[in-house]
This record gives sequence, structure tokens and C-alpha cells, in this order.
Amino acid sequence: MSHFLSPIFASGFFESEAVHIALGVGTLVAVVTGVVGVFTVMRGQSFAGEAFGDLGTTGGAGAYFVGVGPLWGFVLGNVIAAGAMEAIGVQRVRGRDLATGIVLGAGLGLAALFLHLYTTGHSTTGATVTILFGSVFAISSTTVPLIVLLGAIVLAITLTIYRPLLLSSVNAEMASARGIPVRLIGVLYLLALALAAALAAITIGTILSTALIVGPAASALRLTRRPLTALVVAAGIGIGAMWLGIVLAYDSYYWPPHGTIWPVSFFVVTLVFVTYLLSGLPEASRRRAERTPSESSAARPATAS
Amino acid sequence: MVNAWEVASIVAVVAGIVGFFTVMRGSAFAAHAIPNGSFAGAAGAILVGVSTLLGLGVFSLGGAVTIGLLGRRGRHDVATALTLVAMLALGALFVSLSVEYAPEVYSVLFGEVLGISPNEIAPTAILGALCIIATAVLYRPLMLSSLLPEVGEARGISSFRMEMLFLAVLALATTMTVPVVGTLLIFSLMIGAPAAARSFTDRPLVAMGLSVAIALLIVWIAIAASYETNYPVGFFVGAGSAISYTIGRLCAVWRNRRKGATKQERISQSPVWGENTP
Repeated sequence: MSHFLSPIFASGFFESEAVHIALGVGTLVAVVTGVVGVFTVMRGQSFAGEAFGDLGTTGGAGAYFVGVGPLWGFVLGNVIAAGAMEAIGVQRVRGRDLATGIVLGAGLGLAALFLHLYTTGHSTTGATVTILFGSVFAISSTTVPLIVLLGAIVLAITLTIYRPLLLSSVNAEMASARGIPVRLIGVLYLLALALAAALAAITIGTILSTALIVGPAASALRLTRRPLTALVVAAGIGIGAMWLGIVLAYDSYYWPPHGTIWPVSFFVVTLVFVTYLLSGLPEASRRRAERTPSESSAARPATAS
Repeated sequence: MVNAWEVASIVAVVAGIVGFFTVMRGSAFAAHAIPNGSFAGAAGAILVGVSTLLGLGVFSLGGAVTIGLLGRRGRHDVATALTLVAMLALGALFVSLSVEYAPEVYSVLFGEVLGISPNEIAPTAILGALCIIATAVLYRPLMLSSLLPEVGEARGISSFRMEMLFLAVLALATTMTVPVVGTLLIFSLMIGAPAAARSFTDRPLVAMGLSVAIALLIVWIAIAASYETNYPVGFFVGAGSAISYTIGRLCAVWRNRRKGATKQERISQSPVWGENTP
């Protein structure tokens, strides 16, 4: 069978344990990030998702410095960051991006310090690249149980607060008028996002983790209006991107320059980005079909939002 | 060492001025995304062997254009996020394809003060002058378009064109500031200083001047501290920006308490700052 598929799957693909772990972890992370991502995009909190990704750098660098596994660093760092963002007031739309940005700046500065201290004390210099760009192939089997547990927690939170979260994401005032504790829901959502971002970080790196959270979800929301469908589509896109990315990365060992693989994260993010671009096509062609000759000459004033 | 002071001062002035508009337009995310994406340009330049400044310029401008175009159709924050990570992913590829050079990656990301050579002063100064001139020319239409977009449209100032021009200036500012402060941290200077300035005054020109002054202070302290401790400049810039912002917030709260509830409405609800969440 491997002879048939050898043009697509380079030799050893199906036997490699690293690949098995990568596929399994990748699938779980794609589902978790896709689900949380749909709410993130609906709430317009892509920047917060981005901030968690970058702040994961701080947690990961700190973890290296202290000597524990990076995933613990991502989780702890993100949870602390969630608390800080909540305290500053990330829930109020006004000034929210500013607050997020400030926390992000302080956190990244700290990451710079940790990495500097770590690399001056150790001979290995690849810590920066590993944390930032990750590698799903480098996940050891001992980390897998923790990943599964975290994924389960995120899904449990999201499922428990699904309806109030959906309502408050679509229309916060109406939700609180109906007696939904919007603030509490927001905090729980932020926690779920923090953990999801940590999981994304361990697979494709901290600063790229936003791609998994925002990309598939944004594409899904462009293709469908129904929330449940969007969740499924987002997870599906994420899984597809992860699997294809893993295959391509494994194969790239034989591409120039020979002997090293291209980063998995590069493939995954590129696939997610391309999918997002493609997801805009149905709308664009619909708009073009609807435009009559008289309308096409008048340009629609486009605003920044 | 003297080179570092001169270049860093130019960086601070530009960051303070461009940052003023960034905060006003609520474009903190774009200010974060464009430099991060430019990292790919620096990595690519190192891979191919051309000037880092060129790589930074091309990719930050490319990123700005992409964000502007994509943001027109889809959600603005999504467009920014995805453009950012797409460029970063390219950067990851470039880094992995070139020979192991981790220290250079580190300094592109977090800044390197000791590595600034004399022949970087001229390009930085020229680019900085361009930024300031562009901002001066665009000042009136940009202010109008940022604060009252509909009025601007009525007067023939296209919001979209202003957005693209602003993003272009942001890209230009990024290109010249990144070598000192690093891609990951330049934006914190661009939003921390102006955000602190706005807590002290509502008047635009005064706020801009104050923003420049605070940025200069942050950068000078950062350079001195980095020189002393050997810790990266970016760390001190991030910390300094956060401290400035916090002081500003505390002062705003104190001002509110002194002047009573009606003034609080005026300060916290001033339409000038951060209202236009993209």
C-alpha cells in the first residue's frame, strides 16, 4: 500500500510514532481551536487570541528557564494573562485593544528577558525558534495525556456555556437583559481561549497559534450563518489543514534543501490563510452577479471597518 | 554607543507621532501586526543576502496593503490576524531554510542596541523624516477621517484611502524602528507612550508632543539600562510602555475623582481616543 501512496506520503510516514502523535494531537487541537475560534471571531476578539499566542512566548520562555515542559508554561502564562486582561478591562469594547496591547507588550518584553537569560546560561540556542514556531513532531508521548485533558476542559467549558455564550457574543445587551451573567460568561470564555491558545502553541508555535484559532473559524463564518454548522466546518478546516500540513512537512524532508524539513507550522498557516481567501469567493462572485451595469460605475464608499 | 542614542531618539520621535494616530484610530492591532509580519522580510533578506532594511520595508508595506485590502471585505480584526500569521509563517520558513543563526533571529525580534552601526543613522533619519513629513501633510484629513468618518466622506476624503495611507505610514515607521526595538516590541512603544499622553490632555497637538516626550524618555532609559545589564532593549521598552500606561491610567482616575462625575464622563468618553475599534 505504501508503494501506491509513496508519491504523496514519503517513506516511513505511516510507521513513524512522531507522525502518529502529531496526527492525533493535531486533530484534537484543531477541533478545540475551531470551536473556541468561532466565538472569538463572533466576539471580535481576534486580538485577544493573538495576545494569548504571543504571551505564550513568555510562559514558554519562563518554562524553559525554570526547567519544566513548555506546555505548562503556555498554560500558566496564558491563564495569568487572562486574569490581567480581565482586570484591565478587556471586556469593555472601548479601549480594549489598547489594554490588550499593553499587556502584550509587557509580556513580550518579559519573554525577551527570559530567553536572554536562558540562552546565556545554556549552549542550545534554538529555544527561541522552538517556542515561537513550534513543532508538532517534537511532542513527546508523555505530554499527550495533559494535552487531552486540557482539550477536554476547553470543550467542557464551551459546551456548558454554549447558549449563554452564543447569545452574549451576538448581542451582549440583549443577553444581559435576559438575565445572563455576561461578565461571568466572558471570563469563562477568556479562560477557554487561554487554554486553547496554549494547545495551539504547542502544535504550531506561539506567535502562529492565532492562525488555528481565527482562520478556520473566520472561513467557516463566511460560508455559513448557522453557529452549529460553523463550529463543525471550522473544526473540519482545522483538521484538514493540520493533516495536510503534517504530510507536506514530512515529505519536505526530500525537498530542497535536502535533509531538513520545512516547518509544519508554515504549511498549516499557509493552508489556513489560503482557505480564508477562498472562503471569500462565493460572496465576491455573488456580489458581482448582483451588480447591474448602472451600479457598477458608482463606487461604494468603503469604511475602515 | 553614540549611534544607538541618535538612532533610538529618531525612533522614539517617529513612534510618538505615528503612535498618536494609531491610538486615536484604535489601530493597536495593526501596529502590532505590521512589524511582526515584517520579521519575515528581515528573515528573507538574511536568507537571500540583501539589506535587512530593504526586506523589512518590502514586507511591512506588503503587509499593510494586504491588511487594508482584506479588511475591506471581511472583518478587520480577522484580516489583520491572518495576514500577520501568514507572513510570520513565511518568516518561519525562511529561518528554517537558512543556516542556524539564532542570535540574529533573536535581535530582529527583540531589538539589539549594541549592533547599530554608523551607516544606519542616515537611512533611519531619512525614513524618519519621511514619516514625519507624511504625517504633517496628512494631518488634517487624517484627523477628520479618524474622528468623524462620515463628515470626511462628505468632504471627499475617502476613509479607505486614509486607512491605506495611514497603514503605509505605519509600515514606513515600522521599517526604521524595528532594528532598534525589535519587531515584537516596537508596537508597545507606539501605543504605550500616546496612551499615557492622552491621560494628561485632550488637546491633539499637546498630546502628540507629550507622546513624543514620553517615548524619548522610555527609549533613553531602555538603552541605558540595556547597555548596563546587557538585557535586551525590547524588555525595557515593553516594561517602560506598560509603566507609562499605568501611570497615565492612575492619573486619569485621580483627575476624575478630583473633578467629580461629570468630568469623568468627559475624560473617559472623549471621542478622541480608541473609540474607533476596527
